[in-house]
Amino acid sequence: MELKALTYLVVGATFALYIGIAIWSRAHNTGDFYIAGKGVSPIANGMATAADWMSAASFISMAGLIAFLGYDGSVYLMGWTGGYVLLALFLAPYLRKFGKFTVPEFIGERYYSKTARIVAVICLIFVSFTYVAGQMRGVGIVFSRFLEVDVTVGLMIGMALVFVYAVMGGMKGITYTQVAQYCVLIFAYTVPAVFIGIEITGNPIPQLAFGSDIAGTGAGLLEKLDDIVTSLGFNEYTSGTKSKIDVFCITLALMVGTAGLPHVIVRFFTVPRVRDARLSAGYALLFIALLYTTAPAVGAMARYNLANIILPGEVGTGTGNLRYEDRPDWMKTWEQTGLLTFEDRNGDGRIQYYNDLNPQFAEKAASYGWQGSELSVDNDIVVLANPEIAGLPDWVIALVAAGGIAAALSTAAGLLLVISAAVSHDLVKGIFVPGISEQNELRTGRVAAAFAILIAGYLGFDPPGWVAQVVAFAFGLAAASLFPPILLGIFFKRMNKHGAIAGMLTGLLFSYGYIEYFKGLFLKWAGSPWGENVASEWLFGISPEGIGVVGMLLNVLVALTVSCFTAPPPQRIQALVEHIRVPRGPSAQVPEEVL
Amino acid sequence: MTQANRSAYWRANLRLVASCMTVWFVCSYVFGILLVEQMNRITVAGFKLGFWFAQQGSIYIFVLLIFFYAWCMNKIDQKYDVHED
Repeated sequence: MELKALTYLVVGATFALYIGIAIWSRAHNTGDFYIAGKGVSPIANGMATAADWMSAASFISMAGLIAFLGYDGSVYLMGWTGGYVLLALFLAPYLRKFGKFTVPEFIGERYYSKTARIVAVICLIFVSFTYVAGQMRGVGIVFSRFLEVDVTVGLMIGMALVFVYAVMGGMKGITYTQVAQYCVLIFAYTVPAVFIGIEITGNPIPQLAFGSDIAGTGAGLLEKLDDIVTSLGFNEYTSGTKSKIDVFCITLALMVGTAGLPHVIVRFFTVPRVRDARLSAGYALLFIALLYTTAPAVGAMARYNLANIILPGEVGTGTGNLRYEDRPDWMKTWEQTGLLTFEDRNGDGRIQYYNDLNPQFAEKAASYGWQGSELSVDNDIVVLANPEIAGLPDWVIALVAAGGIAAALSTAAGLLLVISAAVSHDLVKGIFVPGISEQNELRTGRVAAAFAILIAGYLGFDPPGWVAQVVAFAFGLAAASLFPPILLGIFFKRMNKHGAIAGMLTGLLFSYGYIEYFKGLFLKWAGSPWGENVASEWLFGISPEGIGVVGMLLNVLVALTVSCFTAPPPQRIQALVEHIRVPRGPSAQVPEEVL
Repeated sequence: MTQANRSAYWRANLRLVASCMTVWFVCSYVFGILLVEQMNRITVAGFKLGFWFAQQGSIYIFVLLIFFYAWCMNKIDQKYDVHED
C-alpha cells in the first residue's frame, strides 16, 4: 500500500477510536463536564494529563529544537518536567481537597473577592488561547504534509473532531479520549527512536543509545557529534552558549509556568481523593518522562544523521559535501512544503550546511570556497522527517502522523474545556447569572466550547505573527500571575485579598511590560518593541523568556507587603485554609455570605 | 482534631516538602546548570555528567521524587490520623 493510503488508514482508525470513546463517555451533568465526576483513576488521569500537557510543540518541535540547540535545549526538558514536582508538592493535593471546578473559582473564594476571580479569568483566557493557536498550527502542518490536503481543510477536520468530543463529552469525554491519544502518541514517538538508535549504535533503548558508541567504530555518538558540529563552526553540542543566569531563569520560569497553567492544574480536580492527586502527578510525570527523555536522544541522533547525509566526506575537501542532485527523496518532499530550502550560493552544485554567523569560522569557510550556509531546515520537521531520514518503513511514518495529530488535538481539547469552564462557570454562573440552572449552565459550557473552537480555528488558520513570542509570554504570565496567589493562598494563611490582587497585577504588568518592551506584542502600532533584544540590554541579563521569574518574585514581594499592612482575611477564610491542608473530611464549603 | 495535632501535621509536611525541594534544586539547577562545566569533566556511559543531568538525570529524579513524596505523605497522613477512608 502506498504511504498516503496507509496514512489515511492509520489516522482514520485513530479518529474512529476517539469518537467511539466520546460517545461512550458522554457528560450528563456539570460535574461530568468540568471535572469528569471526580471518578478518574490516578493512572488514567496521569495518562490524560500527559496527553493534555504534551502538545504539538512537545511532539513535533521539541526534539528539533534540541537538535539545533544542543545543551541549551535542556531548558525545555527540565523546565517542562520540573514543574510537576511543584504541582505535586504545592498545589495538586490542596486544590483537590478544595474540591471545586476551576482555578479562578479557587482564587475567587480563597480571596473572598469577585475582582480577584475576574483577574484570574482574564489571565486564564489569555494563556489558554495563545496555546490553542499553536496547537491548531501543528494540526495544519501534519495534515498538509501527510494527508496532502489543504491546510484549511485539515484544520476544519481537526476542529470538527475536537468539537465532537469536547462539546459532547466535556472533561469526561476528553479524559478518556486523551488516555487513548497518549497511547497513540507515545507509541508513535518511541518506535522510530528505537529503530534509529539500533541503526546508529545497536542499542535499542534511545535513552542509552545516544551515549553509546557508533556501531562499528570506537567513538561515542555525542563525542563524534561534538567533533562534527564544531568542525562546521557551530558550538559544541554538549555545551551551551546562553549565559548561566538566563538558562537558570528560563528553566525556572518554565517550571513555575507549568505549575501555573490552568489546563494542567484542573486535571487534579478530577481524581477521587487527595492522595490520588499526589500519586496522579507522579504518574503524569512518569508518562511525560517517557517522551521527554526520548526527545534529547531523537534530537542528537537526528542532528548526527543530518550532518552525515549532507557531509558524507571530509570537511572542506570540495567533494566532501553531498551533490544537490543526489539528495534523498525526503528532502525533495519537504522542499515542497517550504520548511526545507536550498540555495546554491557558491554555484558548485553541492550542499554546504554550516554556521555562517560565526565570525571566527568565516575565514575557514572562505578558504573552503563556501559562501554562506545553503540549507535551511525548520525545527519542526525533525521529528516528522526522522523516520524518512532513517529509511524506516511506511507504517512508521503513518504512525508518526497519527501521533502528531493526537498530541495537538488532545492539548487543544483540554485548553478549550478550560476556556469554556471559565466562561460558563466563572463568568456566567459566578458573576452574571448566579441563579442559572445546572442544565442551562451545561448548555452555556457547550456553547462556549463551540465558540472557543471557532476562535482557535481562526487563530490556527491565520496565526498572528506573534504566536511564537506569546508562548514565552503565556508561561511568564502563568508564572508571574497565577502561581503565586494559589501558592500563598494555601501556604500563607494571613494572605488577604488586597495582597493577592496587588501581587497578581504587579506580576502581570511587569512581565507583560518587559516582553512588550523587548519583543513587541500588542503595541506594535505604537512602535514597540522599543528596546533592542540583546543580552547587554536585558535586566540582570535575563531574556524575555525568563523574565516571568522576576515577575513572580515581585508578585510575592508585593503580595506579602500589602497584606501585612491591611486587615487579615476573615476568620472563615482562615478556617478554610486550615481545612484544605488536611486530607480527611468533605470538600471545602465556603458560606455564601463571605463572597 | 486538636490544634496542636494539626500544626504538628503541617510542620511534618513542610519538612518533607523542604527536603524534596532541595533534591529538586540540586539535581537540576546545581548539577545541570550552575556546576555544569565541572560536572562535564566526568564522563559516565558516554555522557558528560552535567549534560546528562540536564537532559536525562534530572527528569528521572523528578519522577522518583513525586512518588517518594506521595508515599511519605501517606505515612504522615496515617501517623496523624488525617488520612482518607
